[in-house]
Amino acid sequence: MTATPAADREPKRASAGAPREPVLTVEDLKAYYRTRHFGIEREVRAVDGVSFEVRDNEIYGLAGESSSGKSTLLKAVAAAMRPPLQVVGGTVRMRFLAGAKSLHQASSAELAQLRWRRLSYIMQGSMSALNPVRRVRRSFEDFAARHLGGTGAAFEAKVVAHLELVRLDKGVLDAYPHELSGGMRQRVTIALATLCRPDLVIADEPTTALDVVVQKDVLDMIRDVQRQVGSSLLLVTHDLGVHAYLTDRLAIMYGGRLVEEAPTETLFRSPQHPYSKHLIASLPRIGEEAPKVTLTGGPPNLAEPPPGCRFHPRCPLVMERCRRETPALTRLAPHHRVACFAVGGQA
Amino acid sequence: MTPLLELAHVSKTFGGLLRRRRVAAVRDVSFSLSGESPEVFTLLGQSGSGKTTLARMILGLETPTAGSLRLKGQDIAGLRRGAGGRRLLGLVQPIFQNPFEAFNPLRHVDHYLLLTAQRFGGAGEGLAAQAATETALRQVGLSLAEVARRYPHELSGGQLQRLAIARALLAKPKLIVADEPVSMVDASLRMAIVNLFKTLRGRFGISILYITHDLATAYLVSDRIMIMRDGEVVESGPARQVLTHPQHAYSRQLKDAVLVPRFTAAAGDGATTKPEHGPQH
Repeated sequence: MTATPAADREPKRASAGAPREPVLTVEDLKAYYRTRHFGIEREVRAVDGVSFEVRDNEIYGLAGESSSGKSTLLKAVAAAMRPPLQVVGGTVRMRFLAGAKSLHQASSAELAQLRWRRLSYIMQGSMSALNPVRRVRRSFEDFAARHLGGTGAAFEAKVVAHLELVRLDKGVLDAYPHELSGGMRQRVTIALATLCRPDLVIADEPTTALDVVVQKDVLDMIRDVQRQVGSSLLLVTHDLGVHAYLTDRLAIMYGGRLVEEAPTETLFRSPQHPYSKHLIASLPRIGEEAPKVTLTGGPPNLAEPPPGCRFHPRCPLVMERCRRETPALTRLAPHHRVACFAVGGQA
Repeated sequence: MTPLLELAHVSKTFGGLLRRRRVAAVRDVSFSLSGESPEVFTLLGQSGSGKTTLARMILGLETPTAGSLRLKGQDIAGLRRGAGGRRLLGLVQPIFQNPFEAFNPLRHVDHYLLLTAQRFGGAGEGLAAQAATETALRQVGLSLAEVARRYPHELSGGQLQRLAIARALLAKPKLIVADEPVSMVDASLRMAIVNLFKTLRGRFGISILYITHDLATAYLVSDRIMIMRDGEVVESGPARQVLTHPQHAYSRQLKDAVLVPRFTAAAGDGATTKPEHGPQH
């Protein structure tokens, strides 16, 4: 790589001193889909009491399978809900939002100020972030010009310097999105998301649409840029291999709740929740024998979730209590939280 | 004995004539599956490598531009003709990538199974078809009671994909062509389906053509493996040998692209936890 353009940038907005509050604090968040047809009300509890925080300069991973509620959680965290999805309880606080209020109480003007400047996104399909009938330059102007000021030579210089971070030539600015390969397009969206040096970048399945050979490069790039820009990253993907490769801390979601959270290495080496154990044990690895698979059934229907622990119908360790009570996410070790009656921590 | 499946110098080109660009999706591919011992044969490659086009030709959904495809010694194009292609589908059955798209959302899922049992399984109406369906479902770890009168949206991706396999089994095929069968299935259920392929091969003598871009599952279930790039075969051989000691530069590139957890890379070897590496960062 060439001389790092990051060197002449302002230092991280952080002011040294007392332990700072996390970049993102989510507390007891509940987001339900509520529909009403012909007087029949239906409620899907896609996110039901989720709490976690994302700290400075870390990559926080969120893993979950389909219908675990992870996409809904992201929408709620980014305040990008559309009916019938609504946030019915809990708070999402971001450090950079004045008055310590929840993001859902912010006005649309306040949100517009935050977007891309403080909080930005890397989406799964880069085509959906870039305007297909405009040159790439135009997308940069659309997203960032109002935050960085101007569209002139100074702005262009900033953009070009930033593109170097993701090893792209300034020529891509004159290209249309369809002229670029999938990997290049995703690098453009990474550059877009980090141009304003946001405090938090939310990445939703950033490499799922890419080819295997390109995926690793893009992940390396995300880590490089994240370290240089100093943003925190909330990375959501179902692919545990990506989490093991990239994230610092990892939370596992099941049936709308977090079941376990720990530093990624701890979670992979000694998972505690029966569901996490199963997930990690069923990861196929080259050079090893086929993992034994014992879990049966499917994920719960969130319109009628099972009572008590939502994993209990599939759980090998199920006890009478699990059918009645819901285990809370409790601290097992200083950095390790688990929601399970069978795994201690909950007398 | 004649091989179960034999491909000789098969090529497929799309476009040409009035279209400006000709795309060679498959170029001069030859391989064969033994008629005596069933095996799991894996076709590995990234998108655009031609693996799906090859599968479609084996299923008779595309005709090759050059070369020949034979199933039990008979030309696939010939088997496809007449009787709605039933002679071909009695020998080879497909399993597709997205189980949610493979079933009609407005029909009960057991409808398909019963229909297949009647048309291909030789079971008549009513109870015989039900019994055949029940047997096929048991083979994939489901039961008729679980899926009867259910719509596709009521079942999980893993359950639907197992249903698709049960449906394929009803036709008593010699070969199952599975095109990316687990890429839409959750990780916790993925291995169950992949392991099922081994069972089908071992217990029922069905050969599996497993198409994937995932090296890890390929390593675990395959007997032989063939790596394709841009329509050409770059390397083939016994699965473990190809994946542990890839010879071709592209195979090595594919293997290097497999994500290795940072912490195991640091610890040197993959599986075992080294005690001196404490659980904390």
